[in-house]
Amino acid sequence: MTTEIAEPASKIELPESVGGDIPSFEITLKVRRYNPEVSDEAYWDEWKLTMYGTDRVLDALHKVKWEHDGSVTFRRSCGHGVCGSDAMRINGRNRLACKTLLKDLDTSKPILVEPIKGLPVEKDLIVDMEPFFQSYREIMPFLISKGHEPTKERLQSAEDRERFDDTTKCILCAACTSSCPVFWTDGQYFGPAAIVNAHRFIFDSRDDAGDMRLEILNDKEGVWRCRTTFNCSEACPRGIQVTKAIAEVKQAILSRSV
Amino acid sequence: MSTTTNDAASIEAPRSGRIAPRYARTPGGKGNFEMLAWLFMRISGAILIVLIFTHLFVNLMVGDGIQAVDFGFVAGKWASPLWQVWDLVMLWLAMLHGTNGVRVIINDYADKNTTRMTLKSILYIASLVIIVLGTLVIFTFDPCPAGAPADLLADFCNA
Repeated sequence: MTTEIAEPASKIELPESVGGDIPSFEITLKVRRYNPEVSDEAYWDEWKLTMYGTDRVLDALHKVKWEHDGSVTFRRSCGHGVCGSDAMRINGRNRLACKTLLKDLDTSKPILVEPIKGLPVEKDLIVDMEPFFQSYREIMPFLISKGHEPTKERLQSAEDRERFDDTTKCILCAACTSSCPVFWTDGQYFGPAAIVNAHRFIFDSRDDAGDMRLEILNDKEGVWRCRTTFNCSEACPRGIQVTKAIAEVKQAILSRSV
Repeated sequence: MSTTTNDAASIEAPRSGRIAPRYARTPGGKGNFEMLAWLFMRISGAILIVLIFTHLFVNLMVGDGIQAVDFGFVAGKWASPLWQVWDLVMLWLAMLHGTNGVRVIINDYADKNTTRMTLKSILYIASLVIIVLGTLVIFTFDPCPAGAPADLLADFCNA
């Protein structure tokens, strides 16, 4: 009864030479800190860390939070580029911390990590996402169809599906909207993310409310405020051609009215 | 005890529709103004490329080139209805194109409504003055107005 249960042997035979030491390096991580309970002023905090070639910015933030300063505050959920929680400004560019490898950054200089711009900062790297989601809600990001409910699934041809495939990839991380200089000014612009998600339904052959969405985005704070600076396309961690999607919505509004 | 439960029941879900006032979008007026402005920028831009480069070529390259440009040269050009219309279209399109461009820049960079209003008022007044003045000059330009003192006139008027 007391026999020890042995670990099952590994099913994969690895030669001794494989694996080995992962190269390590020193980095300086500079994080923009803000705590309204202590001070209204934001400040920079920095840590020297030993990190490995497989580590991402998120791992560096974890190391700081778990081993150096537990008060560092940031959002992250899945840690694998799917949930869209950890968009932040890394070396001046909007990136997901969980998709940015430290070895791809210039480790000879401090790595700057700031909250995304244009949304109210609540603490350290956490911003109030409510204005962002408000714009998202306004474009009605759900299927609206006329006529009878079909008794089976709504079928669609592969070509019709392909039409909006790119914009289905959005994970609502806000990297695009908070990289947009027009959004930075007054936060009134609907923003790339809302337009991308409207695009996803406007060009869906199963949806019947395209006109309503085009009307919403024909607003003075809608698609016409886009200046095609391509910051959003550059920032998107899913590689969505955001500026192209916005241009397609502009075209759709134009061809509807002219 | 019962009050505590009542309080607990009345606690709103966090952030239920609460949005910082600065981000609340004022419902904009209906209409296609922004779309038409966008369309105008593209169309007028394309036309202006042709108008301006032909204008520069005719004034600076053809014949004596830049040395030929004086009062008489301008009067000679505006004697022809083609150049009158050409310059009129160029003036209007360039002014409206530029004004709309600056309007958009003001919208993008000024974040207070009062600043925007002030800057735009200055812009609109300046453009209006230039458009009216320019149009007037194109149609009424006379290099040798009758009855003007001789010392104020160009040489060729006395010839």
